Amino acid sequence: MRDVNRTIDAVWRLEAPRIIAGLARLVNDVGLAEELAQDALVAALEQWPDQGVPDNPGAWLMSVAKRRGIDRIRREQTFARKVEEIGQALEAETEMPEPDEIADDLLRLVFTACHPVLSRPARIALTLRMLGGLGTDEIARAFLVPEATVAQRIVRAKKTLSASGVPFEAPQGPERAARLDSVLEVVYLIFNEGYVATAGSDWLRVDLCQEALRLGRLLAGIAPREPEVHGLVALMEIQASRTRARIGADGAPIPLPEQDRARWDRLLIARGFAALLRAQELGAPSGPYVLQAAIAACHAQAATAEETDWEQIAGLYELLVRVAPSPVVQVNRAFALGMAFGPRRGLDVLDALADEPSMANYHLLPSVRGDLLARLGDRADAAREFARAARLTRNDAERAVLEKRASELS
Amino acid sequence: MRFLMMTVDDGTPQGPVDDELQARMGAFIAEMSRSGALLATGGLDPRATHIVAKDGKAEIVDGPFSESKEFVAGFALVETRSEEEAIELCRGFWAIVGSGRGTIQRVYGPDGD
Repeated sequence: MRDVNRTIDAVWRLEAPRIIAGLARLVNDVGLAEELAQDALVAALEQWPDQGVPDNPGAWLMSVAKRRGIDRIRREQTFARKVEEIGQALEAETEMPEPDEIADDLLRLVFTACHPVLSRPARIALTLRMLGGLGTDEIARAFLVPEATVAQRIVRAKKTLSASGVPFEAPQGPERAARLDSVLEVVYLIFNEGYVATAGSDWLRVDLCQEALRLGRLLAGIAPREPEVHGLVALMEIQASRTRARIGADGAPIPLPEQDRARWDRLLIARGFAALLRAQELGAPSGPYVLQAAIAACHAQAATAEETDWEQIAGLYELLVRVAPSPVVQVNRAFALGMAFGPRRGLDVLDALADEPSMANYHLLPSVRGDLLARLGDRADAAREFARAARLTRNDAERAVLEKRASELS
Repeated sequence: MRFLMMTVDDGTPQGPVDDELQARMGAFIAEMSRSGALLATGGLDPRATHIVAKDGKAEIVDGPFSESKEFVAGFALVETRSEEEAIELCRGFWAIVGSGRGTIQRVYGPDGD
């Protein structure tokens, strides 16, 4: 006999997003929808251990949540009219919605959870809570913050959405692109939080990559006409394919050229390529995620580091720097140019960045400069740059790698 | 975590696969893909070539194409957060198919993760 609480937990994680999304459409309030869904979860925890898990647990949870909604509305007669409308909506819909309706509801939910009236940490917490079915304790552990902070963040976020009168809808027209950017940013922030977690970290942190990937795949299913959604999925699939290869047995990060490519996950690479192809087939000019995915795909395609098509990568960085100009992209572009056309070309790009204030404490700049100088044969200057990069990085494992390179050259 | 779900065909007569069942199965697979859980799925040819290796030498011992009494008829590779989630997905599958037998096994990577 399996632990029924673990089954309830699994059902909840699978069903919560749809239930919250469906309720939010009926009551036009994400916060209220989430509370009703939680009420249903409590009812399941009370009843299922004795009565067994129902045949269709999702429908069970949904109908209990709706009943709780109606009860609650009857008790709160003060908001008479609004309440009556909601009550009718809850009572009217008895069937489970069709798959397309569920997809629309989920899209509305993700757009609402990532609404720009909320702070970034609040968007992340709400998204994980409502689309990932994660508890506040899990979110807190994954992001290394106290549980009370996350709980408060979620309560405030729900109040803000309600007070700002944010409608439960997927924006159309000119607003859509900016709002979609926010959704993609949230998903990629979650992915990166997991990606920077080291081998010894709490597995919940590392699992954030998996969660972000799941969210991205879900998004691609419910917004299939958006090339950047497929671009982000492709980028995450390909990055995740290197998980096993990118950390050494000692916990130190292994740079891409030195990774054992046999340990890259071919299934994820294939999925990444398929997602990239879907993005490109939509025919729009490539956005930042599609371009980054294309760069990742170039690396994935090379059987050995020496076979990397640096000219193509440098070309993609030229496009990326135009659609998403940032000093960080410039540093990566400099590295690619150096690999494709010789270190001089890369150093020229870095020299132009020297006065950029945001670059003053960015460890990757001296690290790439050190690499390019070493390839020019300028060992003393290269060692100095690596030592500088080592002082700037906040990651212990990375610092050790940089210090080693500095001492090898001096 | 990855799990491989397999359905076993042991010769028990199955009901006819009508349009309705096919439509429901199509919708189920679409939903599993959409939720990000389904990584790969397929049906297997009952005709199998059996191979046995001894001291590094592989030999075909049966077939090509022998029909076994019992064989894996279909598979789905899923990615979930727990075994319980995989089991719940499996329940959804059997709710559509009706009767039969299957297995769920955890899939480990080359390094055992």
